[in-house]
Amino acid sequence: MKSLDELAKIKENRREALKIREGFPSATEKAHVMMCGGAGCISSKCLEVVDAMKEALSKNGIADQVQIILTGCMGPCDMGPVAIIYPDATFYRRLKPKDAGAIVEEHIMKGNKIPRLMYRAPGAKEPTPNVKDIDLFAKQKKIVLRNNFYIDPTSIEDYIANDGYAALGKALTKMQPEEIIEEVKKSGLRGRGGAGFSTGMKWAFTAAASGAPKYVVCNGDEGDPGAFMDRSVLEGDPHSVIEGMAICGRAIGAEQGYVYVRAEYPLAIERLDLALQKARENGLLGKDIFGSGFNFDIEIRIGAGAFVCGEETALLTSIEGRRGEPRPRPPFPANAGVWGKPTVLNNVETWANIPEIILKGADAYASVGTEKSKGTKVFALAGRINNTGIIEVPMGTTLREIVFEIGGGIPRKKAFKAVQTGGPSGGCIPAEHLDTPVDYDSLGALGAIMGSGGMIVLDEDTCMVDIAKFFLDFVVDESCGKCSPCRIGTKRMYEILDNISKGKGKEGDIELLEELALMIKATALCGLGQTAPNPVLSTIRYFRNEYEEHIRDQKCSCNVCELKE
Amino acid sequence: MINLTIDNQQVAVEPGTSILEAAQKVGARIPTLCYLKDINVIGACRICLVEVQGAKTFIPSCVAPVAEGMVVRTNTPAVLKARKLVLELILSDHPMECLTCLRNQNCELQDLAKEFGITEVRFDGAKTEYPADDSSPAIVRDPRKCVLCRRCISVCTNVQTVQALCAVNRGFDTLISPAFNEKLADMECVQCGQCSLVCPTGAIVERDDTAKVWAALADPKKHVVVQTAPATRVQLGEALGAEPGSIFTGQMVAGLRRLGFDKVFDTDFTADLTILEEGNELLQRVTNGGTLPMITSCSPGWIKFCEHFYPDLLNHLSTCKSPQQMFGSLVKTYYAEKEGIDPEDIYCVSIMPCTAKKYECQRPEMNSSGYQDVDVVLTTRELGRMFIQAGLDAANLPEEEYDAPLGISTGAGEIFGASGGVMEAALRTVYEVVTGETLENIDFEVCRGISGVKEATVQVGDLPVKVAITNGLGNARKVLDKIRAGEADYHFIEVMCCPGGCIGGGGSPIPTDIDIRLKRIDATYTEDERMALRKSHENPAVKALYEEFLEKPLGHKSHELLHTKYTPRGVNK
Repeated sequence: MKSLDELAKIKENRREALKIREGFPSATEKAHVMMCGGAGCISSKCLEVVDAMKEALSKNGIADQVQIILTGCMGPCDMGPVAIIYPDATFYRRLKPKDAGAIVEEHIMKGNKIPRLMYRAPGAKEPTPNVKDIDLFAKQKKIVLRNNFYIDPTSIEDYIANDGYAALGKALTKMQPEEIIEEVKKSGLRGRGGAGFSTGMKWAFTAAASGAPKYVVCNGDEGDPGAFMDRSVLEGDPHSVIEGMAICGRAIGAEQGYVYVRAEYPLAIERLDLALQKARENGLLGKDIFGSGFNFDIEIRIGAGAFVCGEETALLTSIEGRRGEPRPRPPFPANAGVWGKPTVLNNVETWANIPEIILKGADAYASVGTEKSKGTKVFALAGRINNTGIIEVPMGTTLREIVFEIGGGIPRKKAFKAVQTGGPSGGCIPAEHLDTPVDYDSLGALGAIMGSGGMIVLDEDTCMVDIAKFFLDFVVDESCGKCSPCRIGTKRMYEILDNISKGKGKEGDIELLEELALMIKATALCGLGQTAPNPVLSTIRYFRNEYEEHIRDQKCSCNVCELKE
Repeated sequence: MINLTIDNQQVAVEPGTSILEAAQKVGARIPTLCYLKDINVIGACRICLVEVQGAKTFIPSCVAPVAEGMVVRTNTPAVLKARKLVLELILSDHPMECLTCLRNQNCELQDLAKEFGITEVRFDGAKTEYPADDSSPAIVRDPRKCVLCRRCISVCTNVQTVQALCAVNRGFDTLISPAFNEKLADMECVQCGQCSLVCPTGAIVERDDTAKVWAALADPKKHVVVQTAPATRVQLGEALGAEPGSIFTGQMVAGLRRLGFDKVFDTDFTADLTILEEGNELLQRVTNGGTLPMITSCSPGWIKFCEHFYPDLLNHLSTCKSPQQMFGSLVKTYYAEKEGIDPEDIYCVSIMPCTAKKYECQRPEMNSSGYQDVDVVLTTRELGRMFIQAGLDAANLPEEEYDAPLGISTGAGEIFGASGGVMEAALRTVYEVVTGETLENIDFEVCRGISGVKEATVQVGDLPVKVAITNGLGNARKVLDKIRAGEADYHFIEVMCCPGGCIGGGGSPIPTDIDIRLKRIDATYTEDERMALRKSHENPAVKALYEEFLEKPLGHKSHELLHTKYTPRGVNK
């Protein structure tokens, strides 16, 4: 790609073909079936629905007028397989192969929508046909997942038609590197991987660091239990990450990027790999992009399944082909990252924000969110909640809105007990703090963290000792074993918790847990160890009575722990 | 310079200095466990934590560089408490078998427990349970005693470039081991024992063979002879509580006699012999267009390294056996004949600064006498234990002389213990043999010292002899790669497996660090100067050996008894 004109031409051509997705069918385009092809819907067998639908289309002789497109994750995984039918943007859920005939013959051919496949809001009498009217989506704000309803992730033309690579074009032809960094700084974007460090600052440090070459790295080693925000982006809109990274390459003076993805994400790897090929074919990666003289390319590195490789220094070590273990900081990656060279490392979701910031401007971006946390955040809702799946909301949305409005509340009329945020590094937030606006700082103040965006809802039947034990078990399993406090300390904490949960707890155990927890936080080598005690500390902070009950009365009110007879 | 405050004292240090090193300047000693200066600086154990104003966590002082205006506190109650809890955790995963451990009272973990005032370990959970690896003739690994400091990995990977050890599994199950849980005996481990030298606990130790020696000494049918390697006399004192650099030659001889050895001989004798064989081999190669550069072959760890990693360069190795093995084959042939003793009744013990010698004596090639030439090898550490067990007050023993004839040696044999010593000894002899002139200054200073790669050109008659000297296998690799690339125009290269040479061998007293190595090297050259004869070819016992038995260097008998072959082993085989 040598010029913006070339890009504009692709966009123009493709937009014409995609008018149907804006509600305007044509003679050749009768309908587009956007079938959610996220890993969740694939697990609930959406591909069988697709096959059935293709068969129905052929049988009715309209296979050439209807496209079936597998998109990225649409979010409501518990309703899967889900699909949106254009031009009328009808949202269907829990599709089965046997529904294919009706969709083709009734909906597509006769225009009769099928109410039994539609979403019905809790308490509502009538179903909601149009995706735009569905409460669950209406309260969200999509920046990161802006394309997941609209594009075919395997089509670079679809991405370009929705303003894809326009930001890169702008950055390469109309902006100086310093201006790019300034724009990202001004946007207030903070790292979505969990720590919330200013992305613009990180870029500025790396740009200023001495040493060459420099590198751009994407952290796609998403590992929190139940979290799949990054997977959804990589599966649904891989070009947004590529574009973000290339923009950064220009800003800091790097020509090589790496995307580190965990091996457990085969579909994400496949789609990213395809996207990289397409980008190269179109000259959006490679030499002299947009005739600017800027060269950039990206390689995929596949992680071997260690949670700790999500920690930045461990990830960089793993990219170099060594055992993925953290190393002390300083030096920070900005000065000594991959191969000891200055490196910007951001996570998938952070990268996906970049094109929007550059294209629409920092001010537009910063108008969303709270004072210190700008933009949106993608969360993975899981646990005892009606609408599980992926959501994206403006920073500052309250926990109550997320859990009860978007998430549809707690199933089976049970009472809400707590929401666990931030995965194994996070904490449990009880009902009294439900009106907390979610941002980096407010969650931190409650003893939890934003983390990468996992949100596990717990109801009255959840034993908090058991929850703490679950997360600690995870950490014990995933500790790399390099530093003593994490390697041995988390194991000892787990053993104490295990004793408590089996009715073998002693007076003094809670205090010993606290002593260990605070020490591990203050002494462990990396972020994994320094945050590992959080689930225990936060459950002791808010639910100390449950621990005491297990120890003193050998009783688990939730009937979860099997205490001795 | 960087200005900072440590424990309320101002200090200025070079940029890049660690907090740990800066603290030493103000007299604040920060305890460490995994830290090993210049070798293992990874901040893993978290014992050396300090408080840095403004930091959210405690900071590991060994890896944290100083910064301008930094305010550090090394001994607040909070710091001491955190360190103590870290140590308590480490001890909670330790078998606490101190009284039956080889490293009892020579253990950094024990020292820390005492220093921190640990009187109780409050955690009684799971402990690491992996079986010991005693497959190697040289070293034994007991993972239960391992504190995962990774010093062994660093020394093996970065100093020796062998990479025999790595971390496998993760978290609490982490194990330091050869990859894929291979046994040490079955892979590229060169048995150098540098890991045992840096291990802070008893997790990697030399194989203790003292029981075999006690049994031989107790057997009236056995004629038990002992040979002592050059480096042992400048090491043994340390194993018995003396200062590094102490020379215990005469005391060692006296002590060995009191232990009951029938003859106390000296590997220095066969070191002299090696010079004659190897020197002549070099001259022959130079004259006849043989493979050059020729490389020394005294160091069994180095030999195994070459067999694994540079099998294509094995023809560069001198075919000479090491002095230890020359001694073994002679004691059961020449000496046996001379004294009329049935070689079957001779039990040959070596005292070596080396663990790889334990492996070397068991190589199948080392049976030239018809028997295993050297029966058992003890490290300096093991000999130290035997002295203590026998109640020998070494410092107050009278100094005694080695037995003749295999205990007669020169200063040239003695300096084999230090890096550059073999080269210097060879040059002393080659010069005089080739030129027929007397060498005026026999101190080849260019050969001495512990820098990793030393190079020199020495004019010998018409020939400018180009030599290189390396110590530590990582340094050997540099020179070997040059040979492979066809960029090495040396005639002769000395390679010693261990940093500093044999005085820093894997069987040395613990601790062995750079300063201690330097003191042992000084002591070695002091011994050299003390000797009446300092050139190998002037050794009368060696001359007699040729006259009475071997006839001439590189002769038929030499070939049978003193030379050997090597095995291309490769890697991952």
